[in-house]
Amino acid sequence: MPERKIRVMVAKPGLDGHDRGARVLARCFRDAGFEVVYTGCHQTPEQIAAAAIQEDVDLVGLSCLSGAHRILFPRVVELLREKDADDITVIGGGIIPEQDFTMLYDSGIKAIFTPGSSLDSIVEWIKKNINPTSAEFL
Amino acid sequence: MYFSREMQEASLKLSRKWEDNVQKSLKNNPDQKARFTTVSDKEIRRLYTPEDIKDINFAEEIGVPGEFPYLRGNQVTGYRGRYWTFRMFSGMGSAQDTNNRWQMLLREGQTGLSTAFDFPTLMGYDSDSPKALGEVGKCGVAIDTLEDFLALMEGIPMDEVTTSMTINPPATVLLAMYCAAADIKGVPLSKIGGTIQNDMLKEFIAQKTFMCPPEPSVKLISDTVEFCTKSVPRWNTISVSGYHIREAGSTAIQELAFTLRDGIEYVEDVIRRKGLNVDEFAPRLSFFFNSHIDFFEEICKMRAARRMWAKIMRDRFHAKDPRSLWLRFHTQTAGCSLTAQQPYNNVIRTTVEALAAVLGGTQSLHTNSLDEVLCLPSEHAVEIALRTQQILAEETGVANTIDPLGGSYFIEALTNEIEEAAWDYIHKIDDLGGMIAAIEKGFPQMEISEAAYRFQQQLDAGEKTMVGVNKYATNSTHPLPLVDIDEKVSEEQIKRLKDVRRKRDNKAVKKSLDDIRGACKKGDNVMPCCIDAVKNLATLQEICDVYREVYGEYKDPGLY
Repeated sequence: MPERKIRVMVAKPGLDGHDRGARVLARCFRDAGFEVVYTGCHQTPEQIAAAAIQEDVDLVGLSCLSGAHRILFPRVVELLREKDADDITVIGGGIIPEQDFTMLYDSGIKAIFTPGSSLDSIVEWIKKNINPTSAEFL
Repeated sequence: MYFSREMQEASLKLSRKWEDNVQKSLKNNPDQKARFTTVSDKEIRRLYTPEDIKDINFAEEIGVPGEFPYLRGNQVTGYRGRYWTFRMFSGMGSAQDTNNRWQMLLREGQTGLSTAFDFPTLMGYDSDSPKALGEVGKCGVAIDTLEDFLALMEGIPMDEVTTSMTINPPATVLLAMYCAAADIKGVPLSKIGGTIQNDMLKEFIAQKTFMCPPEPSVKLISDTVEFCTKSVPRWNTISVSGYHIREAGSTAIQELAFTLRDGIEYVEDVIRRKGLNVDEFAPRLSFFFNSHIDFFEEICKMRAARRMWAKIMRDRFHAKDPRSLWLRFHTQTAGCSLTAQQPYNNVIRTTVEALAAVLGGTQSLHTNSLDEVLCLPSEHAVEIALRTQQILAEETGVANTIDPLGGSYFIEALTNEIEEAAWDYIHKIDDLGGMIAAIEKGFPQMEISEAAYRFQQQLDAGEKTMVGVNKYATNSTHPLPLVDIDEKVSEEQIKRLKDVRRKRDNKAVKKSLDDIRGACKKGDNVMPCCIDAVKNLATLQEICDVYREVYGEYKDPGLY
């Protein structure tokens, strides 16, 4: 099977402007050899889902530090599902209290990375869990 | 610096002896690291000696408090007459919830108020906007109309306590609400005092809370400056902020340079657009810096800031009033230095950072709570943070003398080096055509991204340490009780908003919004119409929608 680069979208849902983590990760993914799309701040879940499909990404990384993750993260997964795009993996990060992990996993978020996660650990998780060749032959 | 040639020779001889001793010692006791740097990755020498400050002209470059270049402080008496203002940034849930927290803080000895708004308020959306989904009351207090604002100010003596409001794109609206609330309470505008952050340039650079493009955003700021200069003389019209630039990942030098360059941009705009004389409005400009974990670097940054602004105002704008030359600033300890891991360690970090702010000569201080890295602060956590300031002020003796580190070889040398590097950035931005032009080219944004990424890589490589994160990590946890803002806050807020919309005089609202639209189109000052509009219970978003309609909307270009 032909190998292709992993395509990743880093997205900032909601009105939160804390984008340091998102920007650092976008650079890190680029340096790791992924193709990167960064949405910038202030995206609605609808905009993120539509952009993820249009850009044909393998993975969406959501970043939220305002406390709105409980509503916004599951909404992105739900919208992708509604559009038959649930082959796109959704992960999240930011200020996420541990007590919210279960509800986020239940909603379809595949992994959560909170402050202190090393860049390597995130890249490793993506390489292990995303197989860019498979999606094209489904 | 040297008083005689003999003194210099003796000193140099000693320094050379020490250098020899160092080389000998290193053979058996090598240094722990190849580079010793600040958190901003600035290299620090092993020792500083009189040689490092031999070219400093004491009278011209250090001087005394209250005299140019104000390096050692603006106030001649220092903290003896009055400590810095203990001003805890707070806001949560509804106006009532926030008022309760304020009352508690005032009871415990806080001396000034500081308002945190939620994201919909910060971005100019009402609580029932689809954009506000999930955000109402989460990161601060939700304010939609003057009724919410009056509930926020309930029982607060507006002629005695000064209030700072961290508000940027809708600063005109919140300032209008403050003026309207004072009016309703019978307090004349000449008596109220406070601050609106009102610094849009750093939003495009770092904090990303924006509404309209840079040019009209700056126009609205100049409107508030003109209005306050004439009608609210005790109001600090802009809090030119480096805090968010630093939190976004900048170095100390970038924070200093970009902040002062933003200040220059505002001064130029007010003079050009409003025709005011610099001394009419410059004394009411204030600043806001971060106090990060690298103790000496922060102190030097704050000292350099005072000297640089004095030079900018004197040499670039030819200000005559000494108060125009004063860089007065608020400080907040660094949120980004705190760790979710082993959160009790954050108390120690905050204490060190607060001490740096005091030794740097801050006029006002917010100390972060130990749980602020996880959620809005609990009552217990915020009390510890406030007590930290009170202990520094009243127990430790650090406020007894002015600029206690002044004259230190290291402090003066580092202050000079930071200042020089910051001038380089300021000249670079001048060459790019000013800060708006630099922002449009993505210059400050990309400089910050680069610094943030470098720090993270150094952290991952173990070159920089965060205790509990990349060193001394433990599995044992001492969980903190976390403050959780219930989704009910949003439902209740939306209900209040709908009630206001039902009962108000919609014709009067429409007329006042039309007046604002007219002022925007003609280039007139929007403030008088804004005050009428909020009194007629126009909502925050209704007014901001007029701005968006006339001036257009700015979208994050998503630079990284």
